[in-house]
Amino acid sequence: MRRPELKPLIAAAAAGLAILIGLLIEMDTTMSVVLALLVGLRVFFADDPRAVKLIAVGLVVWAIVLPLFHVEAGGFIDDAVLALAYAVMALGLNIIVGFAGLLDLGYVAFFAIGALAAGYFMSGFVFDANIHVLVSGLNAELPGIHLSFPLVLVIAVILCTIAGMLIGLPTLRLRGDYIAIVTLAFGEIAGRLVLNGDEISIAGQKLTNGRQGITPVDKIDLPLLQPFEALNLRPWFWLALAMLLLVLFVNYRLRDSRLGRAWIALREDEVAAASMGVPLVKTKLLAYGTGAAFGGMSGAFLASLSNTVNADQFQFSFSIFILAMVILGGLGSIEGVVVGAIALTYINFRLIPDVLNDVPSKIGLDFDLTELSFGIFGFLLVIMMVMRPEGLVPERRRKQELVEGIGTGETAGAGESVVEARA
Amino acid sequence: MSETEQPPAERRSGAAPGGDGDASAANGRLLVAEQVTKAFGGLVAVEDVSFSIPQRSIVSIIGPNGAGKTTFFNMLTGLYKPTMGRISFDGKDITAKRPDKITSLGVARTFQNIRLFATMSAIENVMVGQHARMKAGLFGSILRLPGVRKEERRVDEHAREMLSYVGLDEELHSQLAINLAYGDQRRVEIARALASGPKLLLLDEPTAGMNPQESRRLTEFMRKLRDEKGLAILLIEHDMQVVMEVSEHITVLDHGEKIAEGLPEDVRNEERVIEAYLGRQSDDDEEEGEG
Repeated sequence: MRRPELKPLIAAAAAGLAILIGLLIEMDTTMSVVLALLVGLRVFFADDPRAVKLIAVGLVVWAIVLPLFHVEAGGFIDDAVLALAYAVMALGLNIIVGFAGLLDLGYVAFFAIGALAAGYFMSGFVFDANIHVLVSGLNAELPGIHLSFPLVLVIAVILCTIAGMLIGLPTLRLRGDYIAIVTLAFGEIAGRLVLNGDEISIAGQKLTNGRQGITPVDKIDLPLLQPFEALNLRPWFWLALAMLLLVLFVNYRLRDSRLGRAWIALREDEVAAASMGVPLVKTKLLAYGTGAAFGGMSGAFLASLSNTVNADQFQFSFSIFILAMVILGGLGSIEGVVVGAIALTYINFRLIPDVLNDVPSKIGLDFDLTELSFGIFGFLLVIMMVMRPEGLVPERRRKQELVEGIGTGETAGAGESVVEARA
Repeated sequence: MSETEQPPAERRSGAAPGGDGDASAANGRLLVAEQVTKAFGGLVAVEDVSFSIPQRSIVSIIGPNGAGKTTFFNMLTGLYKPTMGRISFDGKDITAKRPDKITSLGVARTFQNIRLFATMSAIENVMVGQHARMKAGLFGSILRLPGVRKEERRVDEHAREMLSYVGLDEELHSQLAINLAYGDQRRVEIARALASGPKLLLLDEPTAGMNPQESRRLTEFMRKLRDEKGLAILLIEHDMQVVMEVSEHITVLDHGEKIAEGLPEDVRNEERVIEAYLGRQSDDDEEEGEG
């Protein structure tokens, strides 16, 4: 921090902003205050790695007890579960786009494949089969394939890794914009395939249920635990949190590894990377595969949560939604992407439809704000690109490159801390 | 990129070791290029060039702009696939091998216009240079197994060593490459190349943008590399003073063809070389899109 005497002030401002946001999204008051405290401390001790670690632990504990302060369903927690699941996806996309610099506009394909894995293996969709593995209660008696959720996760991860690499293959010789076009096409293919899958039969088994959706999908059923319920979202929240922590762990470990350095080298200069001994094909495919795997995990979770696998979920706009989280948070920045995902989820599912929706009609305009939500995202991104191209919580490298490198560090310090409050 | 190029007409003819390669290693020739040709569509950038680099030597390729020097370089490092011809290194055929494979065999390079990884620190840049010498895989890195941890520490230490060897101040080691001064960037690029543990170092116009004093220091450094590290160095250079001073052998390219080679003093007086540099009557204005 360049102006030490301002530190307490900035920390206080960050904490204040955190409380404000907490109350706006109807977070419990006590929890908002604790969050504000953690955020304030994080900003104040930003330069002390040990303190930062301690505060991170505090934040995890805070997140674990968070559901206990809210009603079990129908309120704050609904969006919180979604935010965590989307954060998992955004972290996956971050590996592809943020680390390796491969602009993937078809990430929805992995959401679709993960969700379909849940649709096939956790429902009565394959009606003739009668397979039950490690499931309890009603799920153990219904026709269809009913596997335990961890098994479905493994299947989703494997399928998505393979799909990610297959989609990656034709882009290997391409660069930049052309990668975006090819992945965009794959995303569309996945969406169309799910949409028209009810017309495609293989051995009497339909591929999907199209718009009608595969429904119901089994509620998540973990070994040794009661099956999850739709009316109590706390277990869902904790499971999503566990997935997020796992993915965060993997992200951090990979970033600071041989592979992570190779990805960033690839992003910076492909020719130089190859000349330094980085095998392009393998490195790129690993990025696609790892990134896709996280999308699949989250997709399977969301399918069970939303109880349906339905063609309308898998549209191009979803890819953009996740990409916007990555860009808003800061390309390549792990913390930033989580912040971006939480921020956009709340803007999309709480702020626009619940808090601000009737603002236009109140000032005499004849439309709801929800009709404009993508317009609002676009506007946010434009503002970001102009004011803060490195993202809300920028990657260390980009921050130095874009801000400190040019020598306007003074303002950046202040901006950064205010922004971290939104975590 | 290399993958998009058409496959070379004649490569690795199945009849395995091709006595020539082994013989060359025995003769003390580290790299041998035989009748190498590169055509981009109808444009022949390098035509029928044969060339070799002895062990522990400093040799140069010179020639006017567009002579095909960098194209030739790119074939040696695998960025381009030769249309025809054969290249062997250390007794192994490397014709049209992938760049990363060639690097791991012991060929490292720098670029004419510095190509560091801008948003990585100097150390990280040099660590990437050691990629081919590391083993850590996806799962090993996630779990950070003891072997991986040890390897990371070793690579980090080696990177610092290399940076000190090329003379980068210690406080600059963790600076982002993009924030370094031009001369320091050149240093980091050489350190990055050295970190891959090469037997042959290719330098593409390393003194570009340097003042005479800096050039002289670099010349000394090249000799030091040859004598201390036992490296062979291939140099593309425009600064004739540097070339004449440091090279043991010079090859002159013009319009993609080899027009002369030999000791510096011989080449200097060669009529065709003087012609190529000063121009003949009128036909010398075309550019070949690279320098």
